[in-house]
Order: sequence, then structure tokens, then C-alpha cells
Amino acid sequence: MADPNQFLYAGSLQRYDELLERDGSMRAHWRPLIEQLSNGGAEAVRRCVEMTRRLIIENGVTYNVYADPQGRDRPWQLDPLPLLIEGREWREIEAGVRQRAQLLNALLADLYGPQRLIVEGLVPAELAFGHPNFLWAAHGIRPPGDTWLQLYAADLARAPDGRWWVLGDRTQTPSGLGYALEDRAIIARVLPGPVSELAVRALAGFFHTLRESLTRLDDAGGPPLAVVLTPGPFNETYFEHAYLARHMGLPLVQGQDLTVRDDTVYLKTLSGLRRVRAIFRRLDDDYCDPLELRADSALGVPGLLGAVRAGRVALANALGSGVLESAAWLGFLPGAAGALLGESLRLPSVATWWCGERPALDYALANLDRLVVKPVFPNQRFEARFGRDLDCAQRAELHARLRGRPYAYVAQERISLSQAPCWGAGAHVRLTPRTLTMRVYAVAGANGYEVMPGGLARIAAEGVVDIVSSQRGGGSKDVWVLAESPASSARPSPASVTAGAAASAAGAGTAGAVGADSQLTSRDTRVDELPSQLVESLYWLGRYSERCEDKARLLRASLATRTQASTWRMARGQCVHYGVLAADGDALETLYDDAEEFGLAADLGRLGWCATQSRSRLSAEHWRSISVMQRHFHEAGASLADPLETLDRLLVSLTALCGFALDDMTQDDGWRLLMLGRRLERTQFLAGLLAARLSSGAPPDQGELEWLLDVGAVSITYRTRHLSTPRLAPVLQLLIFDESSPRALAFQWGAIRQTLAELAQSLGAGPDEQLEEPVARLTALGTAALEEEGEQGAARRQSVAAALAALSAAAGRLCDRLAMRHFSLVDLDLHTVAT
Amino acid sequence: MSSVRYAVRHETLYRYSRGVAHSHQQLHLTPRDSERQRCLEHAVSITPQPSMRAEYTDAFGNRVTRVEIDRPHDCLSVVADMQVSLAPRPGIDPRQGESWERVRDRLCYAACARDAAWLEALRFRSESPYVRVKRVFGEFARDCLTPGASVLAGAEALMAKMHREFTYAPGATEIATPLLEVFGKRSGVCQDFAHLMIASLRSVGLAARYVSGYLRTQAPADAARAPAPATSPLQGADASHAWVAVFAPPFGWVQLDPTNNVCVDQDHVALAWGRDFGDVSPLRGVILGGGAHTLGVRVAVQRLEPAGGDA
Repeated sequence: MADPNQFLYAGSLQRYDELLERDGSMRAHWRPLIEQLSNGGAEAVRRCVEMTRRLIIENGVTYNVYADPQGRDRPWQLDPLPLLIEGREWREIEAGVRQRAQLLNALLADLYGPQRLIVEGLVPAELAFGHPNFLWAAHGIRPPGDTWLQLYAADLARAPDGRWWVLGDRTQTPSGLGYALEDRAIIARVLPGPVSELAVRALAGFFHTLRESLTRLDDAGGPPLAVVLTPGPFNETYFEHAYLARHMGLPLVQGQDLTVRDDTVYLKTLSGLRRVRAIFRRLDDDYCDPLELRADSALGVPGLLGAVRAGRVALANALGSGVLESAAWLGFLPGAAGALLGESLRLPSVATWWCGERPALDYALANLDRLVVKPVFPNQRFEARFGRDLDCAQRAELHARLRGRPYAYVAQERISLSQAPCWGAGAHVRLTPRTLTMRVYAVAGANGYEVMPGGLARIAAEGVVDIVSSQRGGGSKDVWVLAESPASSARPSPASVTAGAAASAAGAGTAGAVGADSQLTSRDTRVDELPSQLVESLYWLGRYSERCEDKARLLRASLATRTQASTWRMARGQCVHYGVLAADGDALETLYDDAEEFGLAADLGRLGWCATQSRSRLSAEHWRSISVMQRHFHEAGASLADPLETLDRLLVSLTALCGFALDDMTQDDGWRLLMLGRRLERTQFLAGLLAARLSSGAPPDQGELEWLLDVGAVSITYRTRHLSTPRLAPVLQLLIFDESSPRALAFQWGAIRQTLAELAQSLGAGPDEQLEEPVARLTALGTAALEEEGEQGAARRQSVAAALAALSAAAGRLCDRLAMRHFSLVDLDLHTVAT
Repeated sequence: MSSVRYAVRHETLYRYSRGVAHSHQQLHLTPRDSERQRCLEHAVSITPQPSMRAEYTDAFGNRVTRVEIDRPHDCLSVVADMQVSLAPRPGIDPRQGESWERVRDRLCYAACARDAAWLEALRFRSESPYVRVKRVFGEFARDCLTPGASVLAGAEALMAKMHREFTYAPGATEIATPLLEVFGKRSGVCQDFAHLMIASLRSVGLAARYVSGYLRTQAPADAARAPAPATSPLQGADASHAWVAVFAPPFGWVQLDPTNNVCVDQDHVALAWGRDFGDVSPLRGVILGGGAHTLGVRVAVQRLEPAGGDA
């Protein structure tokens, strides 16, 4: 039996402690969880910490930091110990956040309408009109249901007296929701017992409402199509965009996937244009439409505002809602609440002085030591400054700034954040106090705003207090809202906590996906709404998967012949031709060098990129196996592991990818193009390789034939069929003509033929004559007389080689034509022009 | 003094090196009515025939034409024809206006109610995409704004200073050239002059608008009454022009042309106004494809004979 106090810790007495009372005893609502964890002992805790970390990496939960030297993606940080909030306390937070969402929505309605509050002097004109996210082009537009804010988030902090305060509002594209959901999914797997025993409230219902609110935005008639609009994989929260899209069963699109025609927004899909009724945008206000907003935005959709103005599409949140993202509003919200709602604020905001008012400026200058000075507008190049940290010169400089443009600065009281216990990583498991803030979300439902019972707790990086930022290396915690009484917790929710969470942990489309996920995705997802850009990514994913596999096999088979000088000379030549060996370098260097343009490392990078682009269509396992493969390859490269060993492992992973493609994906047109990409790539490679060998002089000797069988991945098949040593005719029979071997060329062209026929039904793509011609030639030639010595045999081999070369070229041309036919909408550049 | 009438033709021709697959255009080419200006006739013809064409009034009260062309094309021609009448500028004495300090202070937030005229002014007092508010711009205006000077007197002095210190140099800048660079070079075109003057006024806390339109540069037929100085023709010919309106109570918005150092009277035809060029560019579009393009713009402003009893 472990000591129940073994995890206990002491935090700062100046702060509110989430776990401990002032007298050092444990708060009652934490006791069951802590006791249960104590019973498991240190070993159990270590397992929790490890499991959390592993799940994050394998699920590919990342947070992109633009300037991160480690690369594009950095793993998300999650502390396994949740933040516990009592039901009674939550009711207050919930009511406060709901009211605030209502208030901010009403404020947006006024700013983008009559501007009564400005006329009456209740809010400063400077805050609205000086804000870069105040879009005059959106003035006068009334969104459906007068809902400007579809989704809202409040950042809360708890002061030393135990009250929650609002630090800031997220009104444009509130982020973190996907991370909150994923945090819950992971913690529900790490601590399955406590989640159900403590009756932690489920998050699934909130996502139902969110999805319904998006599809409700439809103006009636026809099945509504809503999409998630992302700025793309370079965005710091792209993981979340893909995750939310998959979770809600909505297509994830980028700007160039959409087009506006006749004031109507369409999604470019493989089978044509589909009308879009609602857009859940993750793109900033001013980037949404290069025609009317920022002309330099390549991410937006030209004409989108026109469609919004015509009431033909709804955006969540409405364009221009970012204007409320400024600390300067905080001081004016009590007055606005009185004027717009006739209520007083239930949740107070942290004390804030907007320096545009003379008395506020004077106060700020006189009390700098106790205050933080922040910019009012997001486009100011000014980092928040703590008055007490400034030396004399800095203080004078700040004074001058504030006096020069007082309306551009706010002064805010510093708030002592509360602290909660966190499990430190490392060998020694112990609890350390870290400060935190909590982001809480509200969505506009059919009956007003609904608040998610939970949230995203963000914890400060170790050794940092009172600044919480994911960009500065902080972490996160799941937030558990405890049911108020056993009775209410026993009530079965539409998808019970654990089922819903576990299902989302497994990701949509996997065996574990029951409950919340299947409810969310199955109802009215339609398979024909594939953005053409996504299809293009899938197609290239297919090609690069096969290309990597081919190259890996070629290199491995070739390296295996190093002891046979003549075979190795020929094999090496092919390796150089395909880019997997440098003409003068050694295998070790070339293999891991991603600067080799056609090398394996570079192609694996491209494969990863295509997978990132098509992530919203890949199952969690599919994605995970790609990221694990990449990680292993990089690790092997870093330690300069033996190439043959690396190639062995890589081929296992690549073969598994093929399995995922066959068994784990919906077989729609997107999948067909992925498979077509694989088949064409294989045809191009194998036909090209055989042609190169057969066109030159003497027939291949035994070593070369074994090498060919190995590259073609049919050595075992050959051996089971032919007990003798390899001979040219049966080898070619197996590599080219054997329709029952999935590695053979005949199998590829049969599959290509069939896929083109299937695509023809939806796309009007017919059989490919340029491919059929060399196929017919090859079939007529067969393998007869190939092994003969002398002129006749050589001529025969030349003919087959020529037909194979033609086949390889035809496969390449078909690739190009497919790209033109299906992806041409994607390729053209947008230009903004003004006179 | 009586009203004058003008016929304006504004032609824009884009030629693209590759076909344009799809095109959205937004036109600010309808002259807006104001206290002194009436639009009598206007028509915009577009080739190729747009697949969609619609009009609306933007947040600043300008008429906007939206156009979409969904068939491949390799040139785009937009021809705007309009007729307007312009009443003369009423005589005002700049010295009678409110002092610039008072107007500046009244444009600051003071937790009190405002009337519509002041709300309108507040909309043009903040930074906007092409007009940064910076200390250097404010300092440039400082010696023009002597203590107690009226807004209008100060703005006229600023306009004169700009005209003295800046060179009109077509081709020296383009619309994307940052204002600070224009300021450093001391040269630019009418958009730059207008943006700089607006930036200076806003940087000291006053409200100013960007006005887009045309300028009559030819000597009128009845030259006897208003001879144009042959040695210094007004600049900004053969293209669209831009100038400034400053909020100068009690006179309201008064238009000044810093490129030519003149108070706007009957030589300027206004199309539209906004916070800066970005709100009112005559023709703005996003095209799909197109490659490189060449642009031809021609503007002709012709004074019409007084038609009978024209007041």
C-alpha cells in the first residue's frame, strides 16, 4: 500500500492552489482521484506519464511553431493529471461565459450595424475603427440568425481569492478546441477508471451542437454542405483543423478548393462544383477575400464577401469578428452589458485601463510597477511589458510611447495565476506546482449559447509564472467538470463520456470508433464531396508510397549483390539512375541525405508532405504508421544505422501502408486515384527497369535474374513455382505477364484499366489508348525465344525492351494527363490587380 | 459663378499573356452625388460580356459595381462614361473655422454622445491599410499647424508645404510603395501625395478622407473667364486622380488637392471616397491565370457647353 502523501507537494502561498486548501489539506473534490492514483504507486504514475507521451506522438498531436529550429511540428504537451472543477463552481463559470458570448455577439451586431454604442459614447470609436480586423467591407451585413459569433472562447484565470476572471476573449477563430478534445481522448485512455467513477462530464454533446450549428446555417432546401477552411499545413494549429474536420465529418479545404460563381460558393470536387452553405473558417478575417480585403492574401477565396453579402453562404465566425480581440475592450464591457443586455457582467474581467482616456493614462503612468502594458491592436509591434521589470531608460521610453499614441496601449493589472499540481517528466515522479489559465468554449446552439463542460487548461512552462503561452513552450491539461450529484452523473448522455472520448482517441474510421464519432460522421456525410486538391494529394500519396517502396527494394536488392562484382556493377548503375545512390558517394551517405533530389530520404519527405495534406482522410492508425516510419528513418539517419537494416524496417512500414490503402480507406474516387497513382508508378518503374536491362547486349545472367526477382518482390513466388535456378523466360513471365501476382505488370495494367472504367462513370475518363498499344505489343511478343543466343535472341529481347519502354513512357504520360484532367482547377495562380 | 458640366470617359484595357479562366472585378466608377456634385448620366460597358454584374452601396456610401467573367478571355476592357454637373465652391474664410487643437480633442473619446457628423469624422481618423499613423508624419505637419490655427488654414499650409517639398514623378512609385519610402524620396504621384497628407493629418489627430476622381486639365473653351496658366498645367492628366478631404468644422469636409496645391473647386470630378486608395480603387480584380499583363488607361475630361438654363 502506497503512502497517500507521496505525491503531495507545496506550492506558493501567494497563489490559489487548485489542489490544496489554505491550511494545506486536500480539497474534497480532488481526494478520490489522488487516493486512487496513490494506490497504484509510483510505478503506475510513471506508466501514465509514459503512455500520455506515447499517445501524443503516435496520434501526431502537434503544435507548429513557425520559428522552431526543430522543424515544422512540435509535439503537443499534455500533463496526465487533469484540472478538476466542481459542478457547483462550474455552473457559475458556465453562466458567465454564456452571458459574455451573448454580449460580444450583441456588440458585434452594433459595430457592424448602427454603431449606437459609439454614438452614445459607451465605447471608443478608436477601438473599433483603428482595429485592423474591423472590416468596413462587412459593415451592414447581417449574418443568418444575427449570429456573428458561432464559436467563442474565453481565457480565464483564478485570482488568489478563488474567483475566476476573464483575461481575454477569442472571437475570430478560437483555437484549442481540437486539442481539448484530443487531451480528453488521451486522458480517458490513460485514466479510464477515474473518468467514469468521478462522472466527468462528456464533451461529445458540445461537438454535436457545433456541427449542427454549422449545418443549420444553411438557408433550407437541399442537403447542406459545410466545410472547414484552413490556411494550410504551415499554420500553427493545422493539426486541430484536420482533427476537427475529421471529427465532425466535414471536408477540410484550403482557399483554392473553393470558388465563387454568381455570388455562390462552390467546392471544387472531383466530380464538379458542389454548393457550400457554411464555412467554418480557421483563416483570419482580413485574409478571407483578396478581392475586397487584403489583396496580397493567397489563402482566401475571391468574391467570398459578395456571397456573404448576398446571404448565399454563412461564415462561422462572421467576417470581422476579430475586432473584439483586444484587451482594450475589457474596461468597456460592463457599460456595454448594461446598454445591450440590461444586465451586469457575471464574470469580471481583469482590471484594464485603456490609455486613450486621459485619467486612465495618468493612472497607468503613475502605477507602472503594478501593471502590464500591452498593445491595443494586433498589428502593433510591441511586446507586453511588465512595469516593474523596466530600468530607468526603458521606463522613460515607455512613457514617451504612451504619451505619443495613448489610444494604442492598455495597462492591465497583473494577476497572480492559480497553480495546480503537474507530474514532472523524468525518472523521479513527483508533483510540482505550475501556474495555469483555462480556455472555455461556447457555441451558438438553437436555444442560445451552449458552454462546453470542460476546456483546455494551459500551463506555464517550468520556471515561468504568470505568462502562459503555447508558443513559449507551455503545456496543457484536460479539464474535468465533475457532475454535481450522483443522480445527474448516472444519466446516460447521448454518447457516454468514456465511449465518446475513447472513440475519438481511436480516430474516426477505425474499429474503435463507436459512440460519438459514428454519430457525428455517419449521419449525412457524403462521399462525393472530395475537394480536388485533396484528391490530388491522395494521388501523389499513392505515387510516393509506391515510389519509396520501389526505390527501397531496388537499393536493398542491389546492396545484397555487392559481393558479385558483375551484378553489382549493373545494379549500381540502376541505383544511380534512380537516384538512390550517388555516382561517387557511398550508400550510407546517400540514403539519409535529403538534399539528394531523387534520393529515398527526399521522397520519404514528399510522402510525408502528401500525407499531411490528405490527413483529414487518413485514419489515425494510417497517419500514425506514416509518422512512426518517418521518425524511425530520421533516427536511423541520425545514428547512421546500417543501410540494409534500415531498408528492411522501411519496407515493412511501406508494405503496411499498402495494406492501409487497401483495407482502411473508403473506396471512393479519392481512393481510386490513390490506387491509380500506385499502379502507374509501379508500371513506370518496373517496365522502365526491365527495358533498361533487356535493351543492352547479353541476356541477364543468373545473378542478375535473382536481382530482378528481388527488386520485383517476387523471389519467393518464383522459388515456390520453379525449383530450378532462375531462367529469363519464366522470370519475365512472372514479372510481366502473371495476372495473379499483384507485383506483375499485367496485374497493374488490369487494375489501371478497371479503375479508369470506374472513374469513367463519375468523371467521364475513358480507357487509355496510349497505354493499350504497348500492352498489346507485349502480349503479342510473349516470352518466346528470349533466351536464345545470338542475333535472333538479342533482337527478340530488343523488341520486348522497346515495348516495355513504351509502356513505361505511356504510364508517365497518363500520369500527366490525369493531373491535367482532374487537377487543372487547382493549378492556376491567382493574381490581384488594381488600377 | 454657375455650375459647369463635364463628360468623362475612362477607358481601361488589360491584355493578358495567357488566358484568364475566371475573373472577379470590383469597380468604383460611378460618380457619387455630393453637396456640389450631381451625376447626370453614367454607363459602364465591359468586354467580354460579364456572366454576373451587380451593384451595391458600400459602407462609405459609394456605388460599387461587381462583375464576374467565367469564360476564358485574354483581354478585358472597361469603359466608363459619365456626365456630371459641379456647383462652385462656396466662399469660406479659413480663419473662421474651429481651431485644429479643439477639433483634435473633440475627435478623442470622451464618454459622451456624438452627432452623426462627428461619427462620420471618427471613421476617417484612424490608421487604415495604406495610411499608417506615425510620429514622423505628424511632425511633418507640425509647423503648418500653428497654435490656434483653424483646421482648414493648417491643412492649406500643409498642402502648400507638400507642394513645395515634393516632386511629382510619375513612375517613381507604385501603389504598394510604403508611405515611409515615399516620404524619404520626397517624390511620388497623386495617390502618394494624398496618402501622405492624410497620414500627416491623422497623425496629429485630425480626420481626413481619400477622394478618387478626375481632374480637368484642358483649358476650358470659354477660356476668357477662367484662363488656365499655360506654363503650369495641372498634373494628373490622362489617368484617374486622387486628392484629400479634411474634416474642418463648421464647414464640414473640405477638399484639397496636394498634387496641385489647389482647393478643389470646379475642376475635380469625384468618383468615390474612403479611408485610402484600398477602399475606392477604380478597378480592382482577382483573376485566375492570365500570366503577365499590360495595362492601358485613358481618361478624357471634356467640358460641355452650358445647357440652356443650367444654374
